[in-house]
Amino acid sequence: MHADPKGVLTGVHFIDGDHAACEGALAAGCRFVAGYPITPSTEVVERFAARIPLVGGMFIQMEDEIASSIAILGGAWAGKKVMTVTSGPGLSLMMEHIGYAAITETPCVIVDVQRGGPSTGLPTLPAQADMMQVRWGSHGDYMPIALSPNSPQECFDLMIKAFNLAEIYRVPVFFMMDEVVGHMTERVAIPAASEIEVEERHFTTKPPGEYKIYGTDASMVPEMIKAGDGYRVHVTGLTHDERGYPAMNPPAQDKLVRRLLDKINLNADKLVDVRMDGVEGADIVVVSFGITSRVASAAIDAARKQGLKVGHLRLIIFWPFPAKLISELAGKVKAFVVPELNMGQMALEVERVVAGRTRVVSVPHPGGTVHEPAVITKAILEAAR
Amino acid sequence: MSSEWTNPELIERYGIENPVMPYLRQDRLPHIWCPGCGIGTTVNCFTRALTESGLSLDEVAIVSGIGCTGRVAGYMNLDSFHTTHGRAIPFATGLKLANPKLKVVVYSGDGDLTAIGGNHFVHAARRNMDLMIVCVNNFTYGMTGGQVAPTTPIGPTQTTMPYGNFENPFNLPFLADACGAVYVARWTIFHVRQLAKAMKEGLAKKGFVFIEAMSPCPTLYSRRNRLGDGVDQVKYYKERSTVRNGADTKEVGLTYQGDIVVGKFVDRDRPTWMESMNEHLGRVLGDKYTPYGA
Repeated sequence: MHADPKGVLTGVHFIDGDHAACEGALAAGCRFVAGYPITPSTEVVERFAARIPLVGGMFIQMEDEIASSIAILGGAWAGKKVMTVTSGPGLSLMMEHIGYAAITETPCVIVDVQRGGPSTGLPTLPAQADMMQVRWGSHGDYMPIALSPNSPQECFDLMIKAFNLAEIYRVPVFFMMDEVVGHMTERVAIPAASEIEVEERHFTTKPPGEYKIYGTDASMVPEMIKAGDGYRVHVTGLTHDERGYPAMNPPAQDKLVRRLLDKINLNADKLVDVRMDGVEGADIVVVSFGITSRVASAAIDAARKQGLKVGHLRLIIFWPFPAKLISELAGKVKAFVVPELNMGQMALEVERVVAGRTRVVSVPHPGGTVHEPAVITKAILEAAR
Repeated sequence: MSSEWTNPELIERYGIENPVMPYLRQDRLPHIWCPGCGIGTTVNCFTRALTESGLSLDEVAIVSGIGCTGRVAGYMNLDSFHTTHGRAIPFATGLKLANPKLKVVVYSGDGDLTAIGGNHFVHAARRNMDLMIVCVNNFTYGMTGGQVAPTTPIGPTQTTMPYGNFENPFNLPFLADACGAVYVARWTIFHVRQLAKAMKEGLAKKGFVFIEAMSPCPTLYSRRNRLGDGVDQVKYYKERSTVRNGADTKEVGLTYQGDIVVGKFVDRDRPTWMESMNEHLGRVLGDKYTPYGA
């Protein structure tokens, strides 16, 4: 299915990542946003508020992030593609509804323009320190999808992918920008609507009597309905059976929780999205994401000039983590170097996957600015020794 | 207009013996509520209101939060959403705004709507969001074992007020009125006809409708305070209630086992949030704007 031309601002633009993310959402078919102002994400909803009355859709500024994060879930069950946008403190407030979206299998996109934390931290300065929070932040077991763009162009392109994945897998999808990507202005080319592939909601074709709200086939993802279509569904955050009815017993819990994880984990190979540069034959592989990947590129160039064989593996989708790929590389390289704007969150994940077979060098940074490329180069040189 | 006694579809399908059944998910019965609890009585009133409203049930959605009353959504044979604690109103806001054709009813308890959900309550009323809010007020947290609520009057013992409550309670009709609700009523589960009528009026009204239904919690609130069983509380409601339609909501606050003012306190009209949006954007943007939800 092609994008609805009403939402697509075809042309070449000079805009920042926040604005590009908004245009990506509109192109993807997002027609309902509830948000609450928070730096450095606010420009996304400001643009949406200005654009949506002319495109046809709904924006509401709610009273807080708790309200925003559940208003969008109501919007999704009424049939719309939905998004909310926030930064660290707001993301923390939204955590209960991440779990509600996961257990009710409500497609939604949550944009987090990351800033320094913890707490109010550095409102106007970058970090990448919410990586583990989006994986584990809500209580209980579930598996989200998370993407990491490194430019305004990718804020547009990957946002469409984020919405498509939300529809395919019916999970909360996190769009993990950071303050630099959000506020940097670059060239953004928006193609014609006919060149943008969007995933429509997978509405059931079964009649009300035959439809089970959480009945699944081999895809492990149930078909959806929308309120008002006569299906008289029940949706609950309690553990439930295929009818959506509360079923609070160990077998029902086992069946539901395993499926919520399996529908992502058993499709992890399909969900691998990385950019690799010189990884084949490399001695050292730098694993990076988001804005840090751009700094890492400069650091890798410098190391290569000194004769080292350095590869660059950039994570586009980091949840689910591309474990198989990293594990295969672990047998071939001398070390992984993991620079990130946090104190070593994704380095932990690389360490988990390589399980001691290969050295993992974390290059942490508490945030507020990006790494000096020389710091990453130094780590590469040390790892190569 | 057909009532439950004259609706041929209901008579054919279920006979006239129990007109409530078609509105319930019968495969979910029996329900979890205690003997003497009033929540079921309010549900009975709600089904009467639905019958008499003339609404197509496919276009009515019900949203609950968490708690004893939070379980109402699960028993109704409607599109029904059992959401998170305190967040029924913002979920319902999303549902209504994303599909304006739906009639959206929020059905929850006093703790859910006015403690953890208090912020959403005041803002939805301020915006005049087109929602009907039914608040079953039993003055306590039933599901968790009888803790103090923002509605608990001064005096009675609760598990987290073991020496009696000393906190000032909300006067819910006054709160709803002050925040801009277009319809505000209070009844008790003794007043089944009046409560059903209020719900029917609420379903027909556009904007933020608030209906408080006082209801006993014999298992916790009554037992702990030696107030007898459910019937004893209904007798209290009967003996101490005075109907004062149009009463100043400032003066309808409740005291422990004291006099109760019931009635329809507020019934006024002002544009809903979506009407205001459409009117405003139509004026500012002119032909470029297509009214939303039209």
